[in-house]
Amino acid sequence: MRDDFFSGGLRGLGRRVTDRVWRLGFAARFLLATIRYSTVAFGRFGLTIREIYFTGVLSLIIILVSGLFVGMVLGLQGYDTLQRYGSSEALGILVALSLVRELGPVVAALLFASRAGSAITAEIGLMKATEQLSAMEMMAVDPIARVVAPRFWAGVISMPLLAALFSALGIFGGYLVGVQLIGVDEGSFWSQMQASVDFREDIVNGVIKSAVFGVIISWIAVFEGYDCEPTAEGVSGATTRTVVTSSLAILAADFILTALMFRGA
Amino acid sequence: MSSELLVKLTDVNFTYDRRPVLKGINMQIPRGKVVAIMGLSGCGKTTTLRLIGGQLRATAGEVLVAGKNVGELDSDELYALRRRMGMLFQFGALFTDMSVYDNVAFQLHEHTDLPEELVRDMVMMKLHAVGLRGAHDLMPSELSGGMARRVALARAIALDPLLIMYDEPFAGLDPISLSIVGELIRTLNNALGISSIVVTHDIQESLKIVDYVYFVSEGRIVAEGTPADIRKSDQPYVHQFIWGEADGPVSYHYPARPFGEQIYREAPRAR
Repeated sequence: MRDDFFSGGLRGLGRRVTDRVWRLGFAARFLLATIRYSTVAFGRFGLTIREIYFTGVLSLIIILVSGLFVGMVLGLQGYDTLQRYGSSEALGILVALSLVRELGPVVAALLFASRAGSAITAEIGLMKATEQLSAMEMMAVDPIARVVAPRFWAGVISMPLLAALFSALGIFGGYLVGVQLIGVDEGSFWSQMQASVDFREDIVNGVIKSAVFGVIISWIAVFEGYDCEPTAEGVSGATTRTVVTSSLAILAADFILTALMFRGA
Repeated sequence: MSSELLVKLTDVNFTYDRRPVLKGINMQIPRGKVVAIMGLSGCGKTTTLRLIGGQLRATAGEVLVAGKNVGELDSDELYALRRRMGMLFQFGALFTDMSVYDNVAFQLHEHTDLPEELVRDMVMMKLHAVGLRGAHDLMPSELSGGMARRVALARAIALDPLLIMYDEPFAGLDPISLSIVGELIRTLNNALGISSIVVTHDIQESLKIVDYVYFVSEGRIVAEGTPADIRKSDQPYVHQFIWGEADGPVSYHYPARPFGEQIYREAPRAR
């Protein structure tokens, strides 16, 4: 009885591990297939533009408003800490570096995963549940080329642009609170920011981070949609998994990328 | 069943997840005929369609369509063959983000470089054939179940296929829509000179329009013949199916252990 309990438990654990590894391998092959069949996404760029509208443009409001508020909070908190050391003029540097290096790419990616990633998964999942993907296959049109690839590339293209806009609005929010509301010197705010933010080290690295996050979110979103159980419960579970897995993957990837990019900087 | 064959299944077996779904199916679909595959839900009818369309591959046996062995085609050859097939899915499977017009024009846009005026003329002809030319700018969410099925039919015939496969075309339709769809299947088959395979469990409607019937039960063909043969059949399975009887070779109850034993065993838990 005791042996059964342990061997049954071990078997269950082993099965779960092999299932996860198998699924990861399938997801990797799916990503390769998506890239291989991307000629339609670029050859008929109108399809990708349409998806950029749905994933990128329709995410603008949440990204811009969140960026503004995050920047305003940074302005308040940053001023509160810096003025204790008599360096409140460095507020511009603090706001800009925090946003461009970290908060812009990461928070924009988390918002993008919730707003657009979940929508992509739900749409592809519902297309599968209502046999639209099967119908496409039977009409000799590959759903990976026609449905998956344009959505994947739309996410990859939109993410860095949204992160840049998030950072820009955040800096503006920090300026509104720091300079206009609290009264930090405007010249110091902008000039110190200009002197300290490095294009290669800070801005390009931030863009690289957001592009990597774009690939991660889009990959997870299209895969979860394509692989989901074709039922209402299956689509709902896949949508939840997209948000949870993307968020964790973004935070883990952010740590790895930060460790690689800013060593000794 | 003597005319030239378009589809031929020989000793086809299909196993899914170690569970045998089809066991030694032999079937022939001649050109220009409407053939029905009937049976209860889950008996392997839709699997048969998916094997013919190449969405699944037979575990054993041969599926020939227009002289080609579907199981041996690579993806390019399979896609080339599918351009000559149309399929109507159970609930239409219309693309919900496209209008009726764009749904019907989908294959023309994907597979041809025809000028848009010509595509428009062709789409309107197909929609006219199913009586929905006036609905070309509606979205799928604005259509009734019967209309959606007819739009899907217009989409299935957009490239003038050799073969149309219908997966439960009558499911969930009101009597008028049901009769219209049934009539359309027969009329289009005759007018376009194509072959049709109708997977259904609606026996009364399908016997009016088909030329030949295969009965499938638990993955095997248990009866076949013309509608007249089927009506006259005294085989218990066919009789039970036609008259919708609860008693017969097909059990109403899902397999379970004896009632008394179940009550006795579960009684202590109920307390």
